[in-house]
Amino acid sequence: MLALKSVPLSLAVVLTLATSAVAGVKIGVVTSASGPIALVGIPQKNTVPLLPKTAGGETIEYISLDDASDPSATVTVFKKLVLEEKVDAIIGPSGSPNALGIIGFVAENGVAVLAPVGSASAVLPMDDKKKWIFKTTQNDGLVADLLVGQMVKTGVKTVGFIGTSDSYGDTWSKALQEAAKAKGLTVVAQERFTRQDTSLVAQGLKIVSKSPDAVLVGAPGSSSVLPETTLVDVGYKGKIYQTHGAALQDFLKLGGKKVEGTILAGSGMLVLDEIPDTNPAKKIAVDYIAGYEKLYGVKPATFGANVLDAGLLLENAIPAALKVGKPGTREFRAALRDALEATKELTGAQGVYNMTPEDHSGFDRRGLELLTVSGGQFHLLK
Amino acid sequence: MNAQIALMLGQDGVTSGAIYALLAISIILVFSVTRILLVPQGEFVTFSALTMAAMQGGRPVRLGVLVLGLALAALVMDVVADRQRYRAWIWPKTSLALVAVGLVVVGLGLSVPFDRLGMLAQIAFTLATVVPLGPLIYRVFFQPIAAAPSLVLLMVAIAVHVALIGGGLLIFGPEGARTEPFSDAVIELGPAMIASQTLWVIGVSALLTIALGLFFEVSLWGKALRAAAFNRLGAELVGISPEFAGRTSMTLAALIGAVSGIVVAPITTIYYDSGFLISLKGFVGAIIGAMSSFSVAALGALLVGQTESFSTFWASTYKEIIVFTLLLPVLLWRSLRQGSVEDDE
Repeated sequence: MLALKSVPLSLAVVLTLATSAVAGVKIGVVTSASGPIALVGIPQKNTVPLLPKTAGGETIEYISLDDASDPSATVTVFKKLVLEEKVDAIIGPSGSPNALGIIGFVAENGVAVLAPVGSASAVLPMDDKKKWIFKTTQNDGLVADLLVGQMVKTGVKTVGFIGTSDSYGDTWSKALQEAAKAKGLTVVAQERFTRQDTSLVAQGLKIVSKSPDAVLVGAPGSSSVLPETTLVDVGYKGKIYQTHGAALQDFLKLGGKKVEGTILAGSGMLVLDEIPDTNPAKKIAVDYIAGYEKLYGVKPATFGANVLDAGLLLENAIPAALKVGKPGTREFRAALRDALEATKELTGAQGVYNMTPEDHSGFDRRGLELLTVSGGQFHLLK
Repeated sequence: MNAQIALMLGQDGVTSGAIYALLAISIILVFSVTRILLVPQGEFVTFSALTMAAMQGGRPVRLGVLVLGLALAALVMDVVADRQRYRAWIWPKTSLALVAVGLVVVGLGLSVPFDRLGMLAQIAFTLATVVPLGPLIYRVFFQPIAAAPSLVLLMVAIAVHVALIGGGLLIFGPEGARTEPFSDAVIELGPAMIASQTLWVIGVSALLTIALGLFFEVSLWGKALRAAAFNRLGAELVGISPEFAGRTSMTLAALIGAVSGIVVAPITTIYYDSGFLISLKGFVGAIIGAMSSFSVAALGALLVGQTESFSTFWASTYKEIIVFTLLLPVLLWRSLRQGSVEDDE
């Protein structure tokens, strides 16, 4: 451990909310605020000042670090947080490959991790190591079921898929195949691309040549736009579906008129005006968006809300853990994990969480809405 | 696959190939004059595309800050170098002019609402911001080590590329961007639909290639650059300064990159880090041209575009592998044909 202390860490250390030297609860936050998935990490990093500042009478101190989207840097940052800073829990990292790389390390050291990552493989299938990981996003399977359900309802028989050639696209390709098999759909085309590709005409033509009734685009962030606009350009006339990875304002901005009529599943955060006030998540989301806009002058992407929810889960779990031990001890960390696993009916900005030992994502259908694009805006699909 | 699909794939390949050809030409140009393998060439493309997008989105253009910063660094370096060399104060005209350009683009970029000014003004301002980066990068990073082995130059080029990508993230943010097309029209040619933006890409590339050809054949500057590329020492003996040659070739490279960025931005989503893959394909073209022949490199780049387009259709997962595998037969053929080459290091 002494040797580790002398390792010069070239990573930028941003201490947010360094309130005082009082020993409160220490939470590490690891985001990818630079590098290829910075568009996910930046709203997450920006959310840190909006996280709960006290819980159960203890102050919460957040230590926010950037892993530059690099899975090996994630491990270094986690080691620093756990071994040097002795944090009680960690929120992060932003990317699925980054999260998969640290499971062994956190399980060994007994630190709970609340990962705002997309891929369900971080918490499924549950085992002795993954029990330390919690995931604050909807599982892909849940979203896939909803989308495929909608396809079946509208009479779709064949479906094409185009996704990124990374773990996001892989997971979605698998999720679509499973959901399609269960509901009797045929996947007739499987195409891949990378985010930096400048032309997807070839993939588009290949899909059109198989003439599927619908196409699902499995790509995160603004990379979800080019496949869809290309399909429109090469004359595809069927319905185009997107995953929750496209549920961003930038999707509308970049896609313009060509993404009108897209069907996607996403958190209700995008259509707050149309969500009934009875939905418990609405108030939290409204407050979060207002607070974020006040600090940064822009609306947050839903990725930020995943970090906010992680903070809310911790705020809810810390009082129970304080009864067992003092912050900074192994007992406290273990109790915190148990308390997180026992979360019941906790409302976050994205939906309602009910954790169980088997389900560390804890979402049900309530957090998820079917959306469509019309008039350059997201609307609830009616 | 039927004729219509083949036609559309071919059209797509020609569009990409035209851009790769431009980049291949500028890579060869810079390499033959300065021995620098210009890895940051792609950044000129992305910076100009993102600058256009920023203007059209009504955001201030902050790239000028980088221009001004580099220009100030160049000014200091010029003054210090002249002191050491001549022990006197000499007006560093070039870097003073670049500082002035930097001040102008910072001032205009932050104050003028370019989204209301129409596309010609946006294009002009994008060129005025991105093109000075070429000579500035040469002055600040490469001129002091101009005589170093080409391996050192390559490493510095990679370092500059990485630094520029980081700067790009800081300046433009992580989001992808695309710009409005020059015109929306779609031309139906028999069974194929051709978007007019595609014609713009091909037309502009062809024009630029012809203009470059004329520049090298006819103008004095072009001839000087050719001389410097042909024999560096000889050119210096007849009064062509290597600094001038390096600066001019980098200016041309930046101009070509910036123009490519402006014409491709409407047909694809460009990210701050998209430049590398684009210029890497330009490299493949340049290598097919043996890093020396402009025309063979341009044809090679068109071949890369076609290979990319058709291989994506057959196996989209492996398309990069297929494109870069093109290098193997080319290298093999070149080395078999040339026999052993004397190493100049």
